[in-house]
Amino acid sequence: MEHYPLFYTFHFYLFGVIAIASAICFVTRKSPVAAALWLVNTMFSIAALYVMMDAHFIGAIQVLVYAGAIMVVFLFVIMLLNLGHASELADVRSHRWRLAAGLVGLVLLAQIFALTRVRTVEALTLPAGTASAQLQQYGAVGSVAGPLFTTYLLPFEITSVLLLAAIVGAVMIGRHRRVGDAG
Amino acid sequence: MLAEALFFSAVLFTIGVIGVLTRRNAIIVFMCVELMLNAVNLSFVAFSRAYGVAGQVFVFFVMTVAAAEAAVGLAIIISIFRHRQTVNLQNINLLKG
Repeated sequence: MEHYPLFYTFHFYLFGVIAIASAICFVTRKSPVAAALWLVNTMFSIAALYVMMDAHFIGAIQVLVYAGAIMVVFLFVIMLLNLGHASELADVRSHRWRLAAGLVGLVLLAQIFALTRVRTVEALTLPAGTASAQLQQYGAVGSVAGPLFTTYLLPFEITSVLLLAAIVGAVMIGRHRRVGDAG
Repeated sequence: MLAEALFFSAVLFTIGVIGVLTRRNAIIVFMCVELMLNAVNLSFVAFSRAYGVAGQVFVFFVMTVAAAEAAVGLAIIISIFRHRQTVNLQNINLLKG
């Protein structure tokens, strides 16, 4: 069991609690814009947790891609569709659905508490401090880029094809078709 | 910190599931799915500290797929809005038997 300084532990819990509180605010907000901004807050806190767990590059990508790009696209769409008006605001489902959601939530939380009691496999676990040593040796980008461009090269290339397909698909679906327009 | 990170991840995932089940606005449901993806990424990073850097590479792929999914999904939502003037899932019931 690794020992962490109190300073580290305090901030780890702080960012975790901020993430969970923002997520709760996110699902309870009625206005989509307010919900999206709370979700951005959650994603920033998760980025802070990544940095604290020696994943500096992933933390930076989290801020750039999730908080920066994906959420901005969401905000664009919310504002493009003008979803602020009253008929869209009352959007919580009936009691039956809420009861079902509460039950599913309870089952998932029970599962979590069962899973956190499981011991991790000792034979597979790297010695304490390996991650930070690797970070020192290869740098924040190099430690991710190494396996990405050697062991996982094929998935990486497939991902690029996926992105191309997504771009073409999004343009085709989102395009405004006029009546009588061929194709 | 593995247990704590897994705890945070699981609570965030649960909040996402509850959001998907209780909200009717298609965009908010979609954002809840993004929250669930984020929760899973958090547990990947937590495990990557104990079991090697492959977890971080996987987070990278999950983020790429999430970006592609957001682009296509939002295009579908815009397309639906053009046809029906609403994104309320209660009114989008064309496939309901």
